Amino acid sequence: MFLVAAVSLLVSMVIVLARLFAGPTLYDRVLAVNSFGTLTVLFIGVLGFLTGRPDFLDIALLYALINFVGTIAILKFFRYRAIGDVSASRELGQ
Amino acid sequence: MIETAINFALFTMLVVTAIAAARIRHLFAVVMLSGAFSLLSALLLVTLDAVDVAFTEAAVGAGISTVLMLGTLALTSRREKIPSHRPTIPLIVVLVTGAAIIYGTLDMPNFGSANSPAQTGVAAEYIERSPHEIGVPNIVTAILASYRGYDTLGETGVVFTAGVGVLMLISGLRTRRRREDEEDDDEAEEAG
Repeated sequence: MFLVAAVSLLVSMVIVLARLFAGPTLYDRVLAVNSFGTLTVLFIGVLGFLTGRPDFLDIALLYALINFVGTIAILKFFRYRAIGDVSASRELGQ
Repeated sequence: MIETAINFALFTMLVVTAIAAARIRHLFAVVMLSGAFSLLSALLLVTLDAVDVAFTEAAVGAGISTVLMLGTLALTSRREKIPSHRPTIPLIVVLVTGAAIIYGTLDMPNFGSANSPAQTGVAAEYIERSPHEIGVPNIVTAILASYRGYDTLGETGVVFTAGVGVLMLISGLRTRRRREDEEDDDEAEEAG
């Protein structure tokens, strides 16, 4: 059963990668990377059960946190055109 | 068998991602691709049982590097210039280096082999002695923080210095920009 899950996750990774390569707009690509991160998290979890080491689940949780922060940073870049001090770039923009 | 198939699938995706990143000229897409590349290599490292290395790869490669490259894109152009020279010589250099590395792996011990130098060297002694010498349950932590404590301290110093240097560079750039902006405003007021 875990094998089926792993294979379907790999297939969905290929599909998401195809969207990442082709993606006409930037938002397609942001969404593709975000879904790819989610698929990575799921795959690590499934891999743990597949190889009989469910303690991989903790690592998968950490990846979920990184993925979230990374997506927030990318979207913040879209909104403000800067990563660090947003107030300073707002002043520049005005 | 299953792990070989998974490794094969992951490596194929890794190679395709790398080729796509080299071919696409839109730099924002390349940053996104490099994030996916890091996640894929982290997955490969997890399948190789190197979860700590994999975690560093995911945090640094997919997390910090993506953010840093986006910050760079905010300061520079978002499109790559079309190179004027042919990539034949770099390609040959890369192929020769890759062949040398593959040649170097030929006489390496098998993955997880008990006779590999990593297992027959000092590792057994560390495993035996660190619980009562250091008293830390994690042997890697015991080696890093105690047996090689000064080495780790030096590394931390290097990383700290680099971080302080980058912060000073960036803050200098920002104040200079703000000053230029204020000067522009003053000129505009004078003209108006």
